[in-house]
Amino acid sequence: MRWIWIDRFVKFERQKSARAVKNLSLAEDYFEQHLPGYPIMPACFILEGLAQTGGILVGEANDFKEKVVLAKITSARFAREAVAGETLIYDVEMVTYRPEGASIVGKVFALPSGTVAMEPVGAPIAEAEIFFAHLDQARSQQLFGDHNFVFSGELKHLLGLAKVVAQSTDR
Amino acid sequence: MPSQEEIYQKVSATLVEALNVEQEEISPTATLQGDLGAESIDFLDIVFRLEREFAIKIPRNELFPESIFQGDPDFVLNGKVTQKGLDELREKMPFADLSKFEQNPELTALSDLFTVQMIAKYIQRKLSA
Repeated sequence: MRWIWIDRFVKFERQKSARAVKNLSLAEDYFEQHLPGYPIMPACFILEGLAQTGGILVGEANDFKEKVVLAKITSARFAREAVAGETLIYDVEMVTYRPEGASIVGKVFALPSGTVAMEPVGAPIAEAEIFFAHLDQARSQQLFGDHNFVFSGELKHLLGLAKVVAQSTDR
Repeated sequence: MPSQEEIYQKVSATLVEALNVEQEEISPTATLQGDLGAESIDFLDIVFRLEREFAIKIPRNELFPESIFQGDPDFVLNGKVTQKGLDELREKMPFADLSKFEQNPELTALSDLFTVQMIAKYIQRKLSA
């Protein structure tokens, strides 16, 4: 199983920045399983969503030819919990992009349910700096073959969505 | 051109951020792996940050060469770096202090060459080039 923590992209500027949203539904299993009776999203999932947004920004920068892997979360801060019914906005910016890898900074905002405009409001509920490696370039001693196992499966569907947004933003 | 002290301070600050260590843990002779707990991926992160901090380009394998000797018996014999190997090190890493390593050039001690001071010296050379 592969967990995708993004519902859709709403902005995508190639090699620069991306914004994705995730709606938190009480029907999602983790709300019941994490802390029964107290429906909050585990912080590591918030971080994963941010990393997926950043990872796709990094992967798209070279047409998904690189195997982009999360190498390190340099820093992460959480200001408050995310609760069922909220909409999360993941905002990421590319800080460095090199043949061996890339780094991004990201902020997560939580919007109250019923919000229509997908714009950040208030202070971020989480912030992180994430470092990605291009697997083949960063570990030249190892060979992983031509098959790109990172950008496959469900993620491919998301990539399609990212592309559509990127094109509409370009125009 | 920043002074030696300014470069050292900036390098220290970069390492505090990249390795999540306390300022007090940083000293000129602190080794990145042994003393500051750096892992291989951290080296890449450090290079990225130094490039941004000092507005320089650091070509791959210049600051942190991955495999200088490539298993060449001329360079390494019975786990020890040969005289020829030491010469090679001097040429590839003129910014590293080999004086201690030369006394007992075990290949496994090679990572001890990567110190805070080594990075500062590399940056100095780079900025004055």
